Amino acid sequence: MLPSRRTEFLAGVRAQLPLLLGVAPFGMAYGAYAVKAGLPSGLSQAMSAIVFAGASQFVGVRLIVRDVPAAVIVLTVLLVNLRHVLYSASLAPYVEHLDRRWRWLLAYLLTDEAYATAIVRYRGAAPSPYKHWFFLGTAITLWAAWQVSTGAGVFVGTAVPNSWSLDFALPLTFIALLVPMASERPALAAAAVAGLVAVVGFRWPYGIGLIVAAGAGMAAGIALDRALSPSAPAAADVEAGP
Amino acid sequence: MRLWLIVLAMGAGTYGIRLSVLALVHHSALPRTAREALRFVTPAVLCAIVLPAVLYTGPAAAFDAGPGNQRLLSAIVAALVAWSAKNVWLTIGAGMGVLWLLQWAS
Repeated sequence: MLPSRRTEFLAGVRAQLPLLLGVAPFGMAYGAYAVKAGLPSGLSQAMSAIVFAGASQFVGVRLIVRDVPAAVIVLTVLLVNLRHVLYSASLAPYVEHLDRRWRWLLAYLLTDEAYATAIVRYRGAAPSPYKHWFFLGTAITLWAAWQVSTGAGVFVGTAVPNSWSLDFALPLTFIALLVPMASERPALAAAAVAGLVAVVGFRWPYGIGLIVAAGAGMAAGIALDRALSPSAPAAADVEAGP
Repeated sequence: MRLWLIVLAMGAGTYGIRLSVLALVHHSALPRTAREALRFVTPAVLCAIVLPAVLYTGPAAAFDAGPGNQRLLSAIVAALVAWSAKNVWLTIGAGMGVLWLLQWAS
């Protein structure tokens, strides 16, 4: 029997829970940082709903309180968020059968954490006509947790001591999602090259290192894929959704 | 008022980036190489997020690839657990467990 909408949605919620371990302290840290830096609490909280992208919100606050020209602030934030283009393109084939409201809603909810969990479900073997409900479940769980945790940071302060190192839970979750994926050699090459370039470019401005790293990794993946299977170009097409 | 406008522009631009291919461009309109490349977005981006987070540590985010890097050791254990158990909670548990143990012992 195929899973129902409800089953998919709840599976999405469950898939997001481990990420919240790292996201909740991060949200509290953002909220506390924003008000401490001098931003009005209403605006600090609203930014979590309007922008909804953790790292870039830190950058935005830092530049706003330094009185940097508005255009520079906005452009810098957008550069930090540029990687979402890759997520948007990567998920596009799976959602193109959905109507506009669905796609516009899912785009608003698209984050690192929602992408990482949703793409694993889309690529997973278990068939379902309702994988977008999984996407919605996992994405909206992160959204709610982000609003609540930044609210806690803004209005109460941060409750989690740094010595707990909970910030490390987020990379650990990504390791859990990444490792099973890297069993194919082209994917492994993509990961290795992207990781190395990201380490080299860690201090490059505007988070540009991550974008260059992703590009280099994708190029490495294609190159190895073509070298391994030169006769089967059709296999390159991403399978469309259900 | 000015601050609200800045935040609204940040949000609108970010939403535009997220919408871009997902809702505005038809996937099949992308060139073949781009579609091929998209299969590698997930491993590439995830590793590009993870590796710096593991190798640049401490309050100053200093590079450390040596055996004294507690996060590196924890991440290696987590990767081994992820490989054998293929379970997210176990991976986090193992990684955080090793990290706390190392922090406590040092």
